[in-house]
Amino acid sequence: MIKLEKVNKWFGSNHVLRDIDFHVEKGEVVVVCGPSGSGKSTLIRTINRLEPIEKGTIRIAGEDIYGKGVNVNQLRAGIGFVFQQFNLFPHMSVLDNVLFAPTIIQKRSRKEAVGLAHSLLERVGLAEKVDAYPGNLSGGQQQRVAIARALALHPPIMLFDEPTSALDPEMVGEVLQVMKSLAKDGMTMVCVTHEMGFARDVSDRVVFMDAGEILESAAPSTFFTAPQHPRAQRFLADILHPRA
Amino acid sequence: MLEILQEYWLTLLIGQYPHGPLGGLALTLILAVFGLVLSLPLALIITLARVSPYKVFSLPSTALVQVVRGIPLLMLIFGAYFVIPKLTGQVVSGFVTLLGALVIYESAYLSEVMRAGVEAIPKGQIEASRSLGVGYWQTMRKVILPQALFNVLPSMTNQFISTIKETSLGYIISVNELTFAANQVNNLVLTKPLQVFGILAIIYFIVCFTLTRGLLWVDFRVRKARAMV
Repeated sequence: MIKLEKVNKWFGSNHVLRDIDFHVEKGEVVVVCGPSGSGKSTLIRTINRLEPIEKGTIRIAGEDIYGKGVNVNQLRAGIGFVFQQFNLFPHMSVLDNVLFAPTIIQKRSRKEAVGLAHSLLERVGLAEKVDAYPGNLSGGQQQRVAIARALALHPPIMLFDEPTSALDPEMVGEVLQVMKSLAKDGMTMVCVTHEMGFARDVSDRVVFMDAGEILESAAPSTFFTAPQHPRAQRFLADILHPRA
Repeated sequence: MLEILQEYWLTLLIGQYPHGPLGGLALTLILAVFGLVLSLPLALIITLARVSPYKVFSLPSTALVQVVRGIPLLMLIFGAYFVIPKLTGQVVSGFVTLLGALVIYESAYLSEVMRAGVEAIPKGQIEASRSLGVGYWQTMRKVILPQALFNVLPSMTNQFISTIKETSLGYIISVNELTFAANQVNNLVLTKPLQVFGILAIIYFIVCFTLTRGLLWVDFRVRKARAMV
């Protein structure tokens, strides 16, 4: 479904992605983890061309996303993206945030799309907030609306860029719950996250990155019990048993 | 002061109308409103050109703004007043001259205000829209501009008020707006310049103050509706 081959990216002289090979099968849930600055956010952002790459190829469903005749907007419409900072549109109601893509891209009338928006909001447990504005919602609620917004075009792929990192601890659970139910429904998902519980319980594979390289890629059961790379071992030790 | 107002209020309000051209406060407001209505879209176009990733658009618009900002409005009015008839061989009325100079001047300033608004929108807003597959122009129209223009509403109000006051420069080229009318009144009364121009100042103040409060109120209501206060 997603296939990165020998992907390289530089920010100026900073080599942030080094020969990345990364594959995600249809229906697979992959968690990308690693220390900050390891390039995991950059990696996930290259998949829908939010970050351009300098070398390598990225294929979605077999098609080179930098190939001739590829419409970037069409590509992105097929990939839901959830941001760390939610990035809801503050001047629109919750309903209009969710209706945004269907009305503009599919040119559907509001009336026609409203039912879909309601069912999406119901799915993330916020049916009663349709008329609220983002400013009225908690962080967890905003992120759930952002997920509903990203789902509005029924993308076959969802990307999550640290979706719970900006949340108060007590709100992390409600967002993970929504992600978990998506995973259960067979969504192809790539999640950059520090939520190791989610990685262990929900993901099919954990990918560990450091300094722009993928150092390890393994099933969660293997990754958490017997990490191979010393850097991954140290990372796990630090994250599971933080030293004060 | 009151007897001046009692005797000349109609002159201050509409000039010589209906025995002569419309003038006074009415003309001032007409100039200001037309100035705004015409400079708003122009300013928007300049703004879009300035924030454009293409140099063909951003360079000339930047140059235009810098030049206009570096010239006093009075010079712009003189320029239009003396130069345009010379160049075109046509007689241009004072009203059109003043309006033209005002529109050029205001759109340059207004575009700077709008640009500040556009550039202050967090990058995440653009990314959120683009990541949904929405294109540059739709993102501009539906996500960036509605937020940016609303955020700079107080600065735009400021600019609008400046425009109202700047119409008084029409006096120099004999456009019979409010200041011109007040000066006519002063010439008739002859002995009370302080009172006459006091009235003039008060009228400008009332108009500008009302507009400021009105727009602040609108601003507050919208913010409240969007849960921003």
